[in-house]
Amino acid sequence: MTHENWNGFKAGVWQTQINVRDFIQANYTEYTGDDSFLSGATERTNALMKKVQALFALERQFGGVLDIDTATVSSLTTFSPGYIDKENEIIVGMQTNRPLKRGVSPFGGIRMARQACEAYGYKLSETIEDEFKFRTTHNEGVFRAYTDEMRLARRCHVITGLPDAYGRGRIIGDYRRVALYGIDRLIEEKKKDKAAMAEKPFIAENIKISSELFKQINFLGKLKDMAAMYGYDISGPARDTREAIQWTYFAYLAAIKEQNGAAMSLGRVATFFDIYIERDIKNGVLTEEGAQELFDDFVIKLRIARHLRTPEYNELFGGDPMWITEAVGGMGEDGRTLVSKSSFRVLNTLYTLGSSPEPNLTVLWSKQLPTGFKKFCAKVSKDTDSIQYENDDIMRPIYGDDYAIACCVSAMKLGKQMQFFGARCNLAKLLNIALNGGYDAMSGIHIGPQMEPMTDEKLDFDKVMERYDIYIQWLSQLYVKTMNVIHYMHDEYCYEKVQMALHDTEVERLMAFGIAGLSVVADSLSAIKYGCVKPIRNEEGFIVDYNTSGDFPKFGNDDDRVDSLAQDMTHRFIEALRKNETYRNAVHTLSVLTITSNVMYGKNTGSTPDGRKAGEPFAPGANPMHNREENGALASLNSVAKISYDDCRDGVSNTFSITPEALGKTDEERVDNLVTILDGYFAKRAHHINVNVLNRETLMDAYENPDKYPNLTIRVSGYAVNFNKLSREHQREVISRTFHTVL
Amino acid sequence: MIKGNIHSLQSLGTVDGPGIRFVVFMQGCSLRCGCCHNPDTWELDGGTEYTPDQILQKVLRCKDYFGEAGGITISGGEPLLQSEFCCELFSLCHKNDINTCLDTSGSILNDEVKKLLTVTDRVLLDIKYTNAADYLEHVGCSIEKPLEFLAYLQTQKIPVTIRQVIIPTLTDNEENVVFLKQLAKKYSVIDKIELLPFRKICQTKYDNMGLAFKFGHLPEPTKEIMQELNNLI
Repeated sequence: MTHENWNGFKAGVWQTQINVRDFIQANYTEYTGDDSFLSGATERTNALMKKVQALFALERQFGGVLDIDTATVSSLTTFSPGYIDKENEIIVGMQTNRPLKRGVSPFGGIRMARQACEAYGYKLSETIEDEFKFRTTHNEGVFRAYTDEMRLARRCHVITGLPDAYGRGRIIGDYRRVALYGIDRLIEEKKKDKAAMAEKPFIAENIKISSELFKQINFLGKLKDMAAMYGYDISGPARDTREAIQWTYFAYLAAIKEQNGAAMSLGRVATFFDIYIERDIKNGVLTEEGAQELFDDFVIKLRIARHLRTPEYNELFGGDPMWITEAVGGMGEDGRTLVSKSSFRVLNTLYTLGSSPEPNLTVLWSKQLPTGFKKFCAKVSKDTDSIQYENDDIMRPIYGDDYAIACCVSAMKLGKQMQFFGARCNLAKLLNIALNGGYDAMSGIHIGPQMEPMTDEKLDFDKVMERYDIYIQWLSQLYVKTMNVIHYMHDEYCYEKVQMALHDTEVERLMAFGIAGLSVVADSLSAIKYGCVKPIRNEEGFIVDYNTSGDFPKFGNDDDRVDSLAQDMTHRFIEALRKNETYRNAVHTLSVLTITSNVMYGKNTGSTPDGRKAGEPFAPGANPMHNREENGALASLNSVAKISYDDCRDGVSNTFSITPEALGKTDEERVDNLVTILDGYFAKRAHHINVNVLNRETLMDAYENPDKYPNLTIRVSGYAVNFNKLSREHQREVISRTFHTVL
Repeated sequence: MIKGNIHSLQSLGTVDGPGIRFVVFMQGCSLRCGCCHNPDTWELDGGTEYTPDQILQKVLRCKDYFGEAGGITISGGEPLLQSEFCCELFSLCHKNDINTCLDTSGSILNDEVKKLLTVTDRVLLDIKYTNAADYLEHVGCSIEKPLEFLAYLQTQKIPVTIRQVIIPTLTDNEENVVFLKQLAKKYSVIDKIELLPFRKICQTKYDNMGLAFKFGHLPEPTKEIMQELNNLI
């Protein structure tokens, strides 16, 4: 099979089967040089960006939401085309008919859509309200099946943030397929898959697949219609770079029009685009400046993507994020680096367009990456605080070399794996519930196995662990069952038609569980084991606080005595989860990631044995608790690196803030030192790190004078935010975090 | 095994020697420099006791981060007051291919110190003042001591970074920097001169300890002055 738009590409199995990886491997050009070839922004880009900046300013003035179309259900073809500046855009397409105007997506839950409108002074239109009286949303489906205990677990916040009222997200369509093959070919392949279903026994799962294939085919057609509205025929393969980027963007745009998912990640497109760029440059139809300009315009589109969310949602996931995560770099299985010139170009948008939290640029780090690329990444980190790093050397053996990252730290094979997102449970609260024999003193709710509260004057480590384990087993089964309900209903009522159409029909499913409060629990258990923890009880005999004394090792100091408690906890929890059957035989995975929900989790958790007082925030992700690190940054990194990726296949998030002075004396030293730190950290098989190079004083000034810092970007927990878009409470928490400084 | 009194450990040091360094701050110093930013390291007693091997184990945990340039730095306090401990620690580091760096005022030069220098890959030598009167007044010993130390380093061919704190009214002048440059001409082992701005964030340490910060009344040098002086190097 061949096509004239493929002229100049090396042939391969990618022509006869849908296989983007094979196309990339056969055709990409690795780049091992430095950043000196890069171009700056063109005048056209600057002018367009100026308009976008003005729109951003206006959006801020309007309290974070510029406009909502309350009368149109967001989908592929429900909005007429929108532009920032039609004549001057080279990549087109918008979620609604105007930039930054948000659409409503009631399929996840009509209540959420209604409340989100009301939070910003709008009212969901009667037409939509009426229409959804006769439709079941995902949210309604879930609550039909929830048990009393599931509702209780939700209400006392031991499991929180579950995608039971909003789109689950975390699914990455292989958007590149549209550019490489065109829609018609993709439809044809899906039709073949559907026809093949006829040979299989028509049991529930196969009927389901068959019906899903129908929806996928239907929406591939709509995707073609959507592009046609913008004047493009995407039925065939893209002809050149601009079309390749445009086709891919249309596919992504269709996904975010259809789904208001928590994290709507992009995948791994830069080196794929690079193949078209190299061909066009070779043919003399594109220059370096032109290539950068295409990237810039594409990234501008990603930066104006928006979803409509409620204030409660923002409490969990602060800063209005989309998680348009793009995985950059990494190594190939054959030993060549997957770094291309376009890996540089996409990072370069942080200079050409200024720093920004979106897209969520994620460097897949390997010891073997070319030095020039490593240094450029470190330079971008130091200058913009906008990128994160994940360990390609531990992920590649599991996911191959064509995986991407959903959200913050969730790896999956592009087009071959999808994820059932499951937010997280609160391990610190669970410890308190266990010690109180199934009573949550914060909410006054009795939950889980009911027994006597622990009566010891001084807590005994072995007795505590024995009891904690009972509750871990209990919560694990409840958590898995709850997730099964959620994802059954999401598939039923809010199925990702476009995104799943851009997956193989036979897809592997991962079920991603999460934990919050790991460092609080590790330090609490350490205090019980090595210090002295005496519970303080109320009149009814329930523990409401602790008197903690004595010296005990704390997570974040590379001390095995306590670090092993953290390791044990993640291992124990994933093992407990694995004992429970999952919906569609999904593979259990676990993350140690909080987004910004560490603040909310802390607020809902009573005092803990480590000395943390009721209501105080947890540390984010797998971070040690703030300011408990006594031996400097590397000791802290070493502690986190001990958390096993085999136990936590959905990622272990660490956020690292260091002052420029502590990183070295000159810019050159800072770059070299950061490269060395990243090499060292990942050599220890650590999984993820967010890097911020900044002073606490800058954040404090931005807290007081937000107007001085309209574009201040910082990495928080697996993603980056515009500091001004965080709530005051989140801002204070970020300021209180450990900054590694010069002594 | 000998034990050292250690004030604190910093696993990520980037300003005390080349590359990424694990920094061991020794407890105890007999000098009382007016600009000192670590008054909490003065007392000879105190700190936490560690054996050289205990420290080595911690350093080894950070070896992956050192890259080609990094390693261990012993600072203080004054490491030379515990040179036997430092010597043993550096020997262990050498056995494990870890680069060693000693941050000192160079005020002691005895046999034990000479033994320590046989396992030292670089010395960060603090020349606090460049004229004898200031040195005597603000450090409390003769300027000849660090100069003798430097001469000895020259004989041993140990690379030296000369460091000086730039203190307004005392060392923020051209003659001073010129003197350091002349030292570098005279002693070929000196391959780097570092001027460090006088900082006053240690004021709270003095306050907490109920000690007077002798130079607390002096301002910090401006960025411009630092730039000017650095341009002379």
